[in-house]
Amino acid sequence: MTTNPTITIDGKTVPFREGETLMEAATRAGIYIPHLCHNPEFTPHGSCKLCTVQVNGRNCRACTFPADVGQTVLNDTQELNDTRRTITQMLFVEGNHFCPSCEKSGNCDLQGAAYFLNMLDGHFPYFYPSRQMDASHPDVLLDRDRCIFCELCVRASREVDGKNVFGIAGRGIGNRLVVNSSSGLLKDSELDAGDKATQVCPVGAIIVKHHGFEVPIGERIYDGKPIDEVSLAKEMAMGEGENG
Amino acid sequence: MPLTELERGRVLEIVRRHGSEPTRLLQILREMQEEFRHVPGEAMEIAAAELGVPRPQVQGVAEFYSFLSLLPQGRFHLLISDSISDQMLGSRELAAYLAEKLGVEPGATRADGRVSLGFTSCTGLCDQGPAGLVNGLWLSRLDCQRIDLIADAIERELPLAEWPGEWFAVEDNIRQPGLLLTGPIEPGSALKLAVENGFDAVFTEIDRSGLRGRGGAGFQTSWKWKFCFEGPEELAICPVDKREKIERYVVCNADEGEPGTFKDRVLLNRYAHQVFEGMTLCAGIVGASQGFLYLRGEYLSLRPRLEAVLAERRSQNLLGVNILGQAGFDFDIEIHLGAGAYICGEESALIESLEGKRGVPRNRPPYPVTHGYLGRPTVVNNVETFTAAAAITLKGGEWFASHGTEKSKGSKILSICGDCARPGIYEYDFGVSIAQILDDCGAENTLGVQVGGPSGTFISEREFSRRLAFEDLASGGSFMIFDQSRDILQIVRNFTHFFAHESCGFCTPCRVGTSLLRNELDKICSGHGTAGDLVELGNLGRFIKSASHCGLGQTAANPVLNTLERYPEVYQARLKSIGFEPGFDLDGALETARRLTGRDDAMAHLEQEES
Repeated sequence: MTTNPTITIDGKTVPFREGETLMEAATRAGIYIPHLCHNPEFTPHGSCKLCTVQVNGRNCRACTFPADVGQTVLNDTQELNDTRRTITQMLFVEGNHFCPSCEKSGNCDLQGAAYFLNMLDGHFPYFYPSRQMDASHPDVLLDRDRCIFCELCVRASREVDGKNVFGIAGRGIGNRLVVNSSSGLLKDSELDAGDKATQVCPVGAIIVKHHGFEVPIGERIYDGKPIDEVSLAKEMAMGEGENG
Repeated sequence: MPLTELERGRVLEIVRRHGSEPTRLLQILREMQEEFRHVPGEAMEIAAAELGVPRPQVQGVAEFYSFLSLLPQGRFHLLISDSISDQMLGSRELAAYLAEKLGVEPGATRADGRVSLGFTSCTGLCDQGPAGLVNGLWLSRLDCQRIDLIADAIERELPLAEWPGEWFAVEDNIRQPGLLLTGPIEPGSALKLAVENGFDAVFTEIDRSGLRGRGGAGFQTSWKWKFCFEGPEELAICPVDKREKIERYVVCNADEGEPGTFKDRVLLNRYAHQVFEGMTLCAGIVGASQGFLYLRGEYLSLRPRLEAVLAERRSQNLLGVNILGQAGFDFDIEIHLGAGAYICGEESALIESLEGKRGVPRNRPPYPVTHGYLGRPTVVNNVETFTAAAAITLKGGEWFASHGTEKSKGSKILSICGDCARPGIYEYDFGVSIAQILDDCGAENTLGVQVGGPSGTFISEREFSRRLAFEDLASGGSFMIFDQSRDILQIVRNFTHFFAHESCGFCTPCRVGTSLLRNELDKICSGHGTAGDLVELGNLGRFIKSASHCGLGQTAANPVLNTLERYPEVYQARLKSIGFEPGFDLDGALETARRLTGRDDAMAHLEQEES
């Protein structure tokens, strides 16, 4: 009889299946690893670095790193959570995130992560970048001020919608989200309000129009529940769906 | 302005000349840049349609590489190297002089479209700077007199082909040859031996030599080649003859972008045969039929010569089909040009760039050696590594291993620049002391040495007994010397700005962190820092180092961290001495408000109180 291979995460034994990432194994075991650019529906990206864990003493990204026998993984430690808080602060100061006026406030994963990580301020000087807003599309708003370069819309449009509406151009701190059309405007692209790409933005950069504040502030997702609960409930259900 | 019918035809011609292959995208965009002095939006659209790749991907590539521009540049496009060694030779003053002379600001194109000017990262001519590039070609030893002549040639629209050859002249400056630089091997001699004795024998010698990668990381070369041959893990159960059928690639990393490094420039100029021979030997061992030389864009001037060497090798059957008559030994090498992106020196970013994409480092595992170019097993080695491999094949592993130290066998070629009497190329057996090197190149009153470039280590005069070796001071080849007259913070600022400029932007810690670090350091250097800022600088540096995705981010804070540790007093001397002084530039803080209100009058500015 063969036993399932296992790893340990913060001392807890966690089984994994051949080819699984640390994130997948952790999620199935009900362990939350903070993440923003990861969404189990799409190819892992590994860019936000929020899911940084220590594997046998080395920093690795849980969303891309394969689980393997003999791994001792540290996740919920002071040091790692400090790192994650710093990353979250960097994402806040890099863009222009005016939460009180944002339709996504309360449903925003960046905000949710910040609450979870006990982020109380931006810490770093704000960049106040000057980024172009695109309100040209009749049904979808693109507010680049809020973009955190997770590329979920890029992946959703490519992998699910088959449209390649979005892409990243520029370099370094000058990176920017660009749209697939001659004018560079959303209205001239193939994007429809019902596309997957409009539904996956973890922040308020891509917003479907005509649906403002249907759920009042105070009753939104992260107003009531912390992101670990919300994320695990959603992603564990997805995992079960896949296996069932 | 829309393209004319003729221009649209030219765009299509360029794309089709590259077989409408998406992997050729960067090469295609380079040619468009050359043709139109920029990459027109319409041309991107045509390329996207013809290549079958989404438009944002084409735009993403066009905007990623510094040498590609979306706005028209001048018919003469001048770039001045902004490397610290060039700055020390007066490059900034020369650029200002040139800007005034030509009536164009750095970063701009003159209204008549004749000339544009800008700064660029190290051009690899640190031993003969101040240096620059005109339409991508090297300009060495710039001075005011030369600049007068250049400006005059530009105003007369004198074609580059008619500019005096000495303006482009680049010396090899080999000052001290060692194990490899005493002379190139006879072209084809190592390959002949390999064909006679078999590639297993060659592999045994490479293994015995203990050769480690010369790019800086120092991975054992024979292991890398072995892993590439063995291929991905899922093939482990396959019989060897079946494994041989998968495509493999050999890539020579000639994206020598580390500021202060120029040894590959010299190896490619004088030892090109030997470099290609090393690649071909590697191909024979791992079973690759296609090779690439990834040549940094700054080395465009070397291309014609390298193409000629490749042509010569094909005519001698040292490349091509059934090499040296051995049935099935097929291999050829293609040159891919970079376009101004330091990150492409990182092997997985280099592979992305070879595939015609943005130079963004991949997630690992899987590693390039098993899942590299187009997902196939790929060896990526430094120019010097291939040069050494060819010599080892001919002279034996023992010959090589008898030099150097236990953990660092053989020799290392250094590019020495900065404050010394004889900058140039020096080759030493590993284990040599820094003091010895400084003595040989005529360095006096040395304050410190940047070993291995900005991503390496800054050592102070108290450490000159340390040794050049993987186990002590590793170096990809850069060796920059600074004497007592230099301002350490000026050096650190140059490096820190460099990394912020070169960050690819993929991961948060490096994308945001390198810019924050740059701003924090600038604040301290401009005299607005407080004791808290110094603590912040160190914390930020350590964070970027531990949290970043690849080697760029993991080393970007080294200049700050190295010097904070060695020269805390230099930083402290720049701090504001008064406790209640605001920790920021009052006037600078109003900049956003000025921009928003469109005001820039005297009343919109604040004097900082000095008490």
